[in-house]
Amino acid sequence: MNTLFSSLLITLLVFAMPQTGSAQIAVKGETVYTMDGNPITNGVVLIRDGKIENVGPANRVRIPEGYKVYEAKIVTPGLIDARSVVGLAGYYNQQHDQDQLETSNAVQPELRALDAYNAREFLVGYLRSHGVTTIHTGHGPGAVISGQTMIVKTTGNTVDEALVDSTTMLAITLGSSVRNNFSSPGTRSKAVSVLRQELIKAQDYAKKRSSDNPPARDLKMESLADLLEGKITAMVSAQRANDIMTALRIQREFGFPMVLDGAAEAYLILDEIKASGISVIVHPTMIRTGGDTKNATFETAGLLQQAGIPIAFQSSYEGYVPKTRVVRYEAAIAAANGLGFDHALYALTMGSAAILGIDSRVGSLTRGKDADVVMYDGDPFEYLTKVTGVIINGVYYEAEFE
Amino acid sequence: MKKRLFLITGILIGFCTADLAAQSQPHVFQGAELITISGDVIANGVLVVQNGKITAVGAAGSVSVPRNSVVVDVSGKVIMPGLVDTHSHIGEGDGGDRSSSMHPDVRILDAIDPMSDTFKKALAGGVTTANVMPGSGLLMSGQTVYLKTRPSNTIEEMIIVVDEETGIFGGLKMANGTNPLRAGGTPGTRAKSAALVRALYLKAQDYKAKMDAAEGDPDKMPARDLQMETLVEVLEGKRIVHNHTHRHDDILTAIRLAQEFGYRMVLQHVSEAWKVADEIAASGYPASIIGLDSPGGKLEAINIRDRNGVALERAGVDVAYHTDDGVTDSRLFLRMAAFGVREGMSREKALESLTLAGARMMDLEHRVGSLEAGKDADFIILSGDPFSVYTKVLQTWIEGEKVWDRENPDDRKYATGGYEIFRGNVHTHYGEEEQ
Repeated sequence: MNTLFSSLLITLLVFAMPQTGSAQIAVKGETVYTMDGNPITNGVVLIRDGKIENVGPANRVRIPEGYKVYEAKIVTPGLIDARSVVGLAGYYNQQHDQDQLETSNAVQPELRALDAYNAREFLVGYLRSHGVTTIHTGHGPGAVISGQTMIVKTTGNTVDEALVDSTTMLAITLGSSVRNNFSSPGTRSKAVSVLRQELIKAQDYAKKRSSDNPPARDLKMESLADLLEGKITAMVSAQRANDIMTALRIQREFGFPMVLDGAAEAYLILDEIKASGISVIVHPTMIRTGGDTKNATFETAGLLQQAGIPIAFQSSYEGYVPKTRVVRYEAAIAAANGLGFDHALYALTMGSAAILGIDSRVGSLTRGKDADVVMYDGDPFEYLTKVTGVIINGVYYEAEFE
Repeated sequence: MKKRLFLITGILIGFCTADLAAQSQPHVFQGAELITISGDVIANGVLVVQNGKITAVGAAGSVSVPRNSVVVDVSGKVIMPGLVDTHSHIGEGDGGDRSSSMHPDVRILDAIDPMSDTFKKALAGGVTTANVMPGSGLLMSGQTVYLKTRPSNTIEEMIIVVDEETGIFGGLKMANGTNPLRAGGTPGTRAKSAALVRALYLKAQDYKAKMDAAEGDPDKMPARDLQMETLVEVLEGKRIVHNHTHRHDDILTAIRLAQEFGYRMVLQHVSEAWKVADEIAASGYPASIIGLDSPGGKLEAINIRDRNGVALERAGVDVAYHTDDGVTDSRLFLRMAAFGVREGMSREKALESLTLAGARMMDLEHRVGSLEAGKDADFIILSGDPFSVYTKVLQTWIEGEKVWDRENPDDRKYATGGYEIFRGNVHTHYGEEEQ
C-alpha cells in the first residue's frame, strides 16, 4: 500500500514537473538580447512559475533568495521554427514514422496535425538542444492542401503538454511537387482550378452554416470555411515566381489570411509581394537548388528584409539527410549573406512570433511572456558557438545532445 | 594501358604550356595570415608563386622576393591551401550501373561534364581538388577520378595523374551496408555482399599470379580484362579503395576484407566511427567523414554525430572531411570542419582534415594540401577566420592561376545562387533507391 502510494506520488511529481514544478530561475548573460528594446549588457532574466518575471541590467534587477542561477555569454529568447514537419516526420525516415503527407487525396484540409504529432520524437529533442523552443509544425508540402498545422513547444510527453495552438494554418502547395505525389492534378493550372473549386464550395458552405438551416457537418468544408472566415491562415508553399504570383492571385480572389512559404524566387517580384502585405516564411537558406528551388539563393532572406517584407525562418521538409534542418543554422547563413545579425535574430524570434500570431506569448524576453530562454557561449550564429542551456516554460534543459 | 597514359599526359602538357608563359612572372602575396598546414601559422606571411608552383613561404622579411614579381597586398586576409574534398559527386557523373553489383571496370571519368556548374560551386567554396566518385548503390560502382576543379572544356585538363608509370588518376569506389542490397535480388544480405567481394578479389589474385608469371612476356599474359586489371592495381597498392560505410559493424567488415586482401582503403562516411574509433585506429586505415545538420533520414546512418571528428582524432586516426556534394554543399565545406571543432576537435587537425589529410588519402600529398615550396600553387584567400560564418572565400587559385574571384559578379553568383545560375542537377542519392 505504502509502496503503491509512493510510486503514485513519484509518478505524479514526474508528470507534474514540466507544468508546475519549474524552479524560480535567474539567467545572467554578458549580453541579453531581449528583442524588446536594446540588448542589455550584464543582464538578468528572472523566471517565476514558467513566465518571465523581470528583465534588466544586473545593477537594477536583484536576484531573490532561492533562485537557481545560470550564467551565459549570450542570452536570447527561445528560437522559433516557423515551418516544420518534425513530430509528424520522424528521423528513421521509414513508412511507420512519416505522417507529414497523406497521398489518398490531393485536397485534405481536414487532417489535423495534433492527431499525428509524436512529442517524444528524437528530432524534437534535437531541435531543442539547438535552441529551438517553439515549432510551427504539421502537414508538409506536396499536396494541393495537405492538411493543418499547429504550434507546439519542443517539450512535453504528449501533444497536449506541448501545444500552443492546435489549428494554425492550412498547408497549401503550388508548383511541380504536387504531381509527384498524385496522379491528379498533373499540372499547375489544374491544381489551381481544383483549389478554387473547393474554395467556392466552401463559400457556399460557410454561408449555409451560419444560416438557420445549417448543412450536415463536413470536416473538409469546415476547415475551408474557417479559412475563408479568417479563423485560420493559408500557408502557401510556392517557390517559383509564377507560383508566388498565383498564390497572390488566389488570395485576392478569396480574401483569406495568407503567408508565403518558401518563395525561392521572391527576389524577382519583391514589389508585388510587398504590395500584397503578405509575410514570407523564407525557404531554408541552405536548401538544395533543384527543381522548383533551383533558383534559390543564400540572399533571399536579406533581399526580402531590405524590401520591407516580414520574414521568418523555417526548417521545411527533408526527404533524406539531414532529416530536419535547424533554423539557427539557416538564419546564420542568411545573417552572413546580406541579412545581418540583428535582422536574422529578429526573424528567428519576434518576427516569427508575429507571423504565427503568438507574439503575445513568445518571441521576446518580456515580463509576463513564456519563459523560453536560450543560453550560448558566443554569437548564436557562429559555427563554433554552442548552446549551453535551454529553458522552456521555465523548465531548464541541458543542451547536451547524445 | 601505357598508351592511354601518354595520351592523357600529352594533353596535360599541351594545356599547361600555354599557361606557363603567362605565369612565369612570380606572384608575391604579402601580409596575409598563412595557414600552411604543414607548419605553424604565419601571422604576417609571404607566399611566392611561379609557374604554377609555390616557390617560397615564410614570415615577412624572411623570404626573398624575386625581382619583377607582381606583388599582391593581402593584408588582413587569411590564405590557406585549396580545400581537398575526398568524396564528391560534382560533375554530374552517373551513379552505379544496375546491370550487376560490381563494376571495377567502369570509370566515372567517362561520364563527367567538365562544364557543369557544380564545379563553379566547388570553386566558390574553396575546393580545388576533389575525389569525384560514382554512387554508392553497388558493391563496386567504379573507378573514381582525382581532379582539379579548374574551369576546363575537357576532363583531361582536370585530372591529376597520381602515378606517372601506371597512369592512375583515381581510386575504386566500394560500398557496404544497406545501399548495395537489393530486395529480392543479389546481394540480399550483408554476408552475401562480403562473399561476392571476396570471390572477385580471389579471382583478381589469380589473374595477378598469371600476370606475374608472364614476367613481362606479352605472349604469356592473360587476356586483357578491364575488371581484373583494375583490381590488380588495387591489390598492388597502386589504386586506393574508397569504401562507403556507415554502421559500426559494416565499418569492421570493410576493414576485415581490406586486411584479408591487403589492399589500401579509405573508410568513407563512417557515420558510427565514434563507436569503433579505437578499432579503426588499430587497423591503420584513414577515415573520411561527413557532417550533417541533423541525424536521421537514412536509417543506417541515424547515429552520425558531429563528435566523429574528435573521436577519431583522439584515437589517432588520420581523418579528413568530405562534402559528398550534393548531399552537402561544397560552398559550405569549411563549415563542416568548424562543427567538428565546436565538438572538440583541435583547430589544427580540423584544418588538416580539409586539406593535407585528404591529399594523403588520394596519394596526392606531394602535390597539394599544404603551403610548401614545390607544391602546386593551389590556395584560397579568405576574408577572415576559416571557421567563422561571416568569413567569405574571396579568391580561389589553382596552379598559380586565379580561377574564382568574389569581386567578379560572374564568379560571385556561384557563391550565393540566384536566377538561372545552377541547372539544378544535384546528386543527393535521394530517389536512387540508395536509402
